[in-house]
Amino acid sequence: MKPTRPPYLGLVGALTLCSLLVGCAHGVLDPKGPIGADEKVILFDATAIMLVVVVPVIICTLAFAWWFRSHNARALRLPDWEYSGRIELVTWSIPAMIVLFLAGMTWISTHDLDPPKALQSEVKPLQIEVVSLDWKWLFIYPGEQVALVNQLVIPINTPIHFKLTSATVMNSFFVPQLGSQIYTMAGMTTQLNLLASESGTFAGLSAQFSGDGFSDMRFDVRAVPEEEFKAWLTSAHANTEQLDISRYLQLAAPSQHVEPAIFGQVSTGLFDDIVHNHGSPVISGRASSL
Amino acid sequence: MFGRLTWDAIPLNEPIPLATVCVLIIGIVGILSLVTWKGWWPYLWREWITSTDHKRIGVMYVILALVMLLRGFSDAIMMRAQLALAAGHAAGFLPPEHYNQIFSAHGTIMIFFVGMTFVVGLMNFVLPLQLGVRDVAFPVLNSVSFWLTASGVLLVNVSLGVGEFARTGWLAYPPLSELAYSPGVGVDYYLWSLQISGLGTLLSGINLTTTILKLRAPGMGYGRMPVFCWTALASNLLIVAAFPILTATFAMLLLDRYLGFHFFTNDGGGNPMMYVNLIWGWGHPEVYILILPAFGVFSEVIATFSGKPLFGYRSMVMATMAICVLSFMVWLHHFFTMGAGANVNAFFGVATMIIAVPTGVKIFNWLFTLYGGSIRFTTPVYWAIGFMVTFVIGGMTGVLMAIPPADFVLHNSLFLIAHFHNVIIGGVIFGVMAGYTYWFPKAFGFKLHEGLGKAVFWCWFVGFYLAFMPLYALGLMGATRRMQHYADPTWQPLMKVALGGAVIIFIGILLTIVQLVVSIRTRDRRRDLTGDPWNGRTLEWSISSPPPVWNFALLPTISGADAYWNAKRHPGKFAHAAALIPLEVPKRSALGFFIAFFMVILGFALIWHIWWLAIVGLLGAFTVTLRQAWKTDLEEFVSVATIAEHERRHPSQVARA
Repeated sequence: MKPTRPPYLGLVGALTLCSLLVGCAHGVLDPKGPIGADEKVILFDATAIMLVVVVPVIICTLAFAWWFRSHNARALRLPDWEYSGRIELVTWSIPAMIVLFLAGMTWISTHDLDPPKALQSEVKPLQIEVVSLDWKWLFIYPGEQVALVNQLVIPINTPIHFKLTSATVMNSFFVPQLGSQIYTMAGMTTQLNLLASESGTFAGLSAQFSGDGFSDMRFDVRAVPEEEFKAWLTSAHANTEQLDISRYLQLAAPSQHVEPAIFGQVSTGLFDDIVHNHGSPVISGRASSL
Repeated sequence: MFGRLTWDAIPLNEPIPLATVCVLIIGIVGILSLVTWKGWWPYLWREWITSTDHKRIGVMYVILALVMLLRGFSDAIMMRAQLALAAGHAAGFLPPEHYNQIFSAHGTIMIFFVGMTFVVGLMNFVLPLQLGVRDVAFPVLNSVSFWLTASGVLLVNVSLGVGEFARTGWLAYPPLSELAYSPGVGVDYYLWSLQISGLGTLLSGINLTTTILKLRAPGMGYGRMPVFCWTALASNLLIVAAFPILTATFAMLLLDRYLGFHFFTNDGGGNPMMYVNLIWGWGHPEVYILILPAFGVFSEVIATFSGKPLFGYRSMVMATMAICVLSFMVWLHHFFTMGAGANVNAFFGVATMIIAVPTGVKIFNWLFTLYGGSIRFTTPVYWAIGFMVTFVIGGMTGVLMAIPPADFVLHNSLFLIAHFHNVIIGGVIFGVMAGYTYWFPKAFGFKLHEGLGKAVFWCWFVGFYLAFMPLYALGLMGATRRMQHYADPTWQPLMKVALGGAVIIFIGILLTIVQLVVSIRTRDRRRDLTGDPWNGRTLEWSISSPPPVWNFALLPTISGADAYWNAKRHPGKFAHAAALIPLEVPKRSALGFFIAFFMVILGFALIWHIWWLAIVGLLGAFTVTLRQAWKTDLEEFVSVATIAEHERRHPSQVARA
């Protein structure tokens, strides 16, 4: 005889699937760099500390409600009990102590993981300038004179120092597996330091809604060993297309679902011009040099 | 002549909005015809539309909130369906320009026209009754507040059929909401409907704050006010302090859009970050405006059905007021990722966590109120227990995101969406549903169907967990909010589970309607003639259900907390030998309705740049308001005979005892 499947099996299955997926599906719980790894530890530690109180509270709520039901003849009844100084002291102290502990953790970790803070490393950081456009990402490597659209190639174990701005509305630059995100805003520069410690391809995205083409503002981050990065740079330079002002203005016009592109040459100072231009669609020449 | 308004504004080639609008029009015409055919207009006009009775106005607020819940939820289920479909290369059924309007409308409607409206409605109905007084401080203003809210609701819904709604998200961050990036009428619909309804909310906040501070039954010192009144006081103080920020911020954005100012533009010296600071200066207190009255409801429900006074009353009051003050000091936690320095981020992170202390105290005090009680498992208790279990999880994820480095990876993700639905559904919605069930018999004189009420609870409870627990997981997997489609197909199973949860919540909402219809049809069996169906503790239960227009024939004298409970135990102290006297009650007034009528015209005309019509609307609203200033005959008297007759038929319990 074939055993009948209990109806809750589907739910259990879904929940198991859920936890499995969280474990391995390229998210913030699967970090590939020190920033993301530290942030994962903070997530777990803070959750664990709070669960120490949250789980007993949930159990007590259900247990008290059930035990003190009006039909339970064995339950203690205290119809006038409304105050106990000792209990009050405990009810204020428990959350206060937990918050005190978390506050210390917050103060230290916020300073440690401050996005503009340089990473400690023997290796000289690679500079990358990030510009969010309608609706694509432009990445400029000022030192290497290369620019990419909707793709990013970085060497592993090298600190990457990002300078970010927007030539349009706000966006947020985010690679979940590498850690911290940061907003891009026109006329302003934000900074972010990240590092990939393993090679691989990681999904990047905009985390701040920016209009109709927002969902396709995705890019792949390819983290490769140093030698491979150098080889890639050489091949990139072989690309003859140049990102000058007129090509930039073409690129900046709104477009959706943009395929990755590569520019073998970039006008110097383009990023600063974009910043000084406050997101205006027309770049009025060398604003920065005036 | 008609400004920007042309036939192109009607979505004739978009099937979804067109069908929705047609169904809505048929529904509205149907209802209006029924009312006309049955000859209900004079009754509706006299007893409801022009009513200045706080109880009627409260009921109208709640009805408005329930109707808007249907609208806001339709948006929600479309979003969930879209995301259950649009994985990999699939585009789903909603193009971005439509999808973006839907999530913007969903947030706007759920916060302003469901949450706020429901909470304000409950406060309107309950406060004067709990305070033992005959009305709010300014009854006509109360009617104006309600009708201004209704104007906002009307404008938001007009956007469905004429033009479009904002595609910017529910807070309309510039520069996206500036003319350069949102040239259409969507943002204008958003701004004007919220400006008009926000004015109503502010006036209502002033009204209820004054009521609590200045009108209380003799002997009811602050230390004897029911906890719901305290939480309502905190909530209304926040309204008075925070809503002007919203109005001013929107006014600046309107100046940018209409007159070419540069407050928040990218260019011309504008600063979009200033808008984000200002809007959250209102926005964070706003969430406490919603949740504090819900805390008050749970305090009443848990104490009443445990048959015990609330544990740690003074702690509860202190915790409430601490939250009230702290809620203004944490706004920056909504944008840790905008590049503020480590000191600033850490300060706001810690300030946010400190709110968890008074909130935690509240949870513990409810727990100890249950302890030693004799708990009757009515529907409101289900909501309360469901709340305590659910809210601590939402609180925990909230504190988690208050740690800036954690927020750096969770900000704007579906984890955030799961968090705030966890506290808004688990807190505010559970709270107002508990309050609705708890005070329904007071408003109408009969109880709601218990079995269906519990079914509604289970649908919301199970539906919530199925719809939002997957979103926590998806957020950790890197899924962000407001995306119209996504590349990673491994997210799709969880998206489908979330859709399933939304469907279960939908069944719960339908069952709320069924419960209402069934309860009304069987009301004769559910009548409560005592006025005190739950063995209550506070003053609203000491009078008949529904209460008479004047609420209390004689004002009760209060000698302690839980006034009515003590009166039931020690009759005599509460009873008052004084003779009945004629009572002054406010006359009905059409002022609110007419102001709202002209404000809708004004708003619509401004949205479409029909300047002559805007002048008509403005002058109309101004004229009817001015006319009110010359009216002297605003009150009428209820005769002793009428009051005595009511008292004879519905003697207060204490008088009978």
